[in-house]
Amino acid sequence: MTVMSTQQNAEELSFTIVAEFDAKIERVWQIWADPRQLERWWGPPTWPATFESFDFTPGGKASYYMVGPDGEKARGWWLLTSIDAPTTLSFDDGFADDNGEPVASMGITRAVVTIEDIGGRTRMTTTSKFESAEQMQKMIDMGMEEGMTEAMSQIDDLLR
Amino acid sequence: MVVDEVSDADLDRLFQAFADTTRRDIVSRVLTGEHSVSGLAAHYSMSFAAVQKHVAILERASVVKKEKRGREQIVRIHLLGIERARKLLAEYETIWRQRVDRIADILAEDEGDPS
Repeated sequence: MTVMSTQQNAEELSFTIVAEFDAKIERVWQIWADPRQLERWWGPPTWPATFESFDFTPGGKASYYMVGPDGEKARGWWLLTSIDAPTTLSFDDGFADDNGEPVASMGITRAVVTIEDIGGRTRMTTTSKFESAEQMQKMIDMGMEEGMTEAMSQIDDLLR
Repeated sequence: MVVDEVSDADLDRLFQAFADTTRRDIVSRVLTGEHSVSGLAAHYSMSFAAVQKHVAILERASVVKKEKRGREQIVRIHLLGIERARKLLAEYETIWRQRVDRIADILAEDEGDPS
């Protein structure tokens, strides 16, 4: 089991996931610190992410876009609020307009990542805290693999 | 493991919240839109402080949410908000589970790599 536990807090609009990997902490740190690796897993295959700029330093900014199944582009930005390699990372994640300018009205998601050594393996704990339900909804719209939906529509086609 | 179950203490607060005519009346008013505490108080023959106390009990039971707007205290229904948040968080959990799977796949590619 890679995912060890999850915790949802509907009052606080926060979510925590604890995962364990068969890799050293430095290797797990890389999947965050290297934008080329980050974009291989941040967005689902149906909404792949591309990081156009990535200043992985405390106070640094990153900008990215995700392209949806119909070619629609959703832009976002990160502000790296703290970085302590290879164990802790926190960042603010928000939506941006077509020019890459932050859209303040949509609110930001605060993420905190901690990476720890557990006897040669690595435990990664990620907490995300939202500001509103609307923001969560938008995040979900562009974040989820549509495998189930696609499979269902294929079945529909077969039955037609 | 989803640690989001309603505890006995939560249920006690919820039943206590609904065990009063005035509080049920406040809930029915707030269900159709937000109200200020002073606006609500105007409907009852009791002090502003007493109405405020009823609102506080509803707030502790997570039935309503209160926020300051200028000099007014606005009361909104919260129960439905929590239900929606629960659903969205469950979907958001799927996003992260899928991310963790993709990370595990990337890390698995390293195996057999001498570096």
